[in-house]
Amino acid sequence: MPNEQDIYEEHVLDHYEDPYHRGELATATHADEGKNPLCGDVIHVMLRLGRDGKIEEAWFDGEGCVISQASASMLIEAIEGKTVEEAKEFTANQMLELFGPQLTPNRQKCCLLSWRVLQSALHAPLEDADDDDAGPSFGGPSLSEES
Amino acid sequence: MPLDPHSIRADFPILKRQSSSGAPLAFLDNAASAQRPQVVIDAISDCYQRYYANVHRGIHTLSEESTAAYEAARETTRQFVGARSQSEIVFAAGTTAAINTVAHSWGGSHLSAGDVVLLTIAEHHANIVPWHQLAARTGCRVEFIPLGDDFTIDDAVVQDKLQTLQPKLFSFVSSSNVLGTNFPVARWTRMAHAAGATVLVDAAQGAPHQAIDVQQWDADFVVFSGHKVCGPTGIGVLYGKEALLDAMPPFLGGGGMIDRVTTEGFSPTGLPEKFEAGTPPITEAIGLAAAMRYLQSVGLEAIEAHEHLLCQAADTALRNIEGVEILGPTPDKKGGIVSFTVDGVHAHDIAQWLDTRGVAVRAGHHCAMPLHESLGKTASARASFYLYNTPEEVDRLIEAVKEARDKFARGGRRRRRRNPSPA
Repeated sequence: MPNEQDIYEEHVLDHYEDPYHRGELATATHADEGKNPLCGDVIHVMLRLGRDGKIEEAWFDGEGCVISQASASMLIEAIEGKTVEEAKEFTANQMLELFGPQLTPNRQKCCLLSWRVLQSALHAPLEDADDDDAGPSFGGPSLSEES
Repeated sequence: MPLDPHSIRADFPILKRQSSSGAPLAFLDNAASAQRPQVVIDAISDCYQRYYANVHRGIHTLSEESTAAYEAARETTRQFVGARSQSEIVFAAGTTAAINTVAHSWGGSHLSAGDVVLLTIAEHHANIVPWHQLAARTGCRVEFIPLGDDFTIDDAVVQDKLQTLQPKLFSFVSSSNVLGTNFPVARWTRMAHAAGATVLVDAAQGAPHQAIDVQQWDADFVVFSGHKVCGPTGIGVLYGKEALLDAMPPFLGGGGMIDRVTTEGFSPTGLPEKFEAGTPPITEAIGLAAAMRYLQSVGLEAIEAHEHLLCQAADTALRNIEGVEILGPTPDKKGGIVSFTVDGVHAHDIAQWLDTRGVAVRAGHHCAMPLHESLGKTASARASFYLYNTPEEVDRLIEAVKEARDKFARGGRRRRRRNPSPA
């Protein structure tokens, strides 16, 4: 059985303390926010999608435990520059692999929060985004609050 | 005589195990659910092995023996809470089910649009949500008494709410599951009765730690859960004054709660079976009675005094750690619960780190979201003590909290930057 201290390996704490693209993205075309009601973790994902179907820029903001915030930083760094299709095909299991250390089911929820919000943000065009600049929009239901 | 936790630990087989990290277990999550002594495990297993059958139904040996044990458990419970009669002791699935029973049955027949149900802001969700649901059904209103700066509630504030709102019901916890604050049950009940309100006392956190005397409290309803008093899950107690219970309509309908059923309708049976539809929690009641006898053999006063010592030690040491904030009053005003936050560290990370040290605490909002919101917190960590906890476990808690703060608080450790610093 893995020692739980491993959850907080250096790579994880590095992302927590020095996250990738944490802040506001003023030019976002798509965005969504999600919560983990049990912990109070909050993640806000902001994306700028290009006409060619690429995620030109990705940012996040939020509050919560090390796992929720570090995993968001890892995800945002990983999907920037990818196509929307690639991001949509990025599975929950791939997210857990990207994070690295093995997590108990309860902490997997923390790790998957940003992944869940990213998936719904891809379907959530901002109303005030200029239509000309907005990338392709996608139909379909948004994911529910709790998985 | 002070209690010796080291000899008590021998009664609880689960305390011998280790956490997944290999560290010995320091179980400090007792406010969520306590552990069971061997006598409770044995009582349950003995029932299943020797005499289990459905109760109140069969004309055969096992059913008669099971019925006798189930009703003996009711008598043990009657003594445990100091009720006048066994008719006043209803076995419910737990605190939540007991409050829902009162909300549906008493609330549904006594409250209407505009009536007020008064709660404190320190309630857990079990004593909030059923009243919100009742409000949606009847149009009654739920009001909350705020907390004072010292995490207690002044009598004058309670008096003012009782006078200005004229509630039909005042429902409150005897002890807060987050703050640990002990509320003056008998005094508030007297004040509420003088203002014309019926009183429900949620003793989920009180019953495990202090002797209950429902007659001295004079509360109209008292509820608590089995699993927090070292008993099984799936059982709890609804105490109600006989005249009140007698006048209330049944809540759940089914077998066991009827006098007669026809194709046209039914007539309910008397107390307490009227509120025990279906096959009741038989082995759970028998296990609960064993737990109550066990706690009484140790002595609830000794348990309370022991927890107080642990709470005082933990509270004092935590307050001395930089960045730690205690959610709760000073130890003289609370039971064995210490909830806290560490500046810059999420409660889940504290709990996770403590687990690597074998220390089990709860992290989150502890089913008390309105309370956390009123305190401006999303989550806290909570250590809660019981009769088998030791001063050494308190020391391990403190040491692990210091480690967590040093590890996670921003600036607490030297870190290389992953990104070039913005100019």
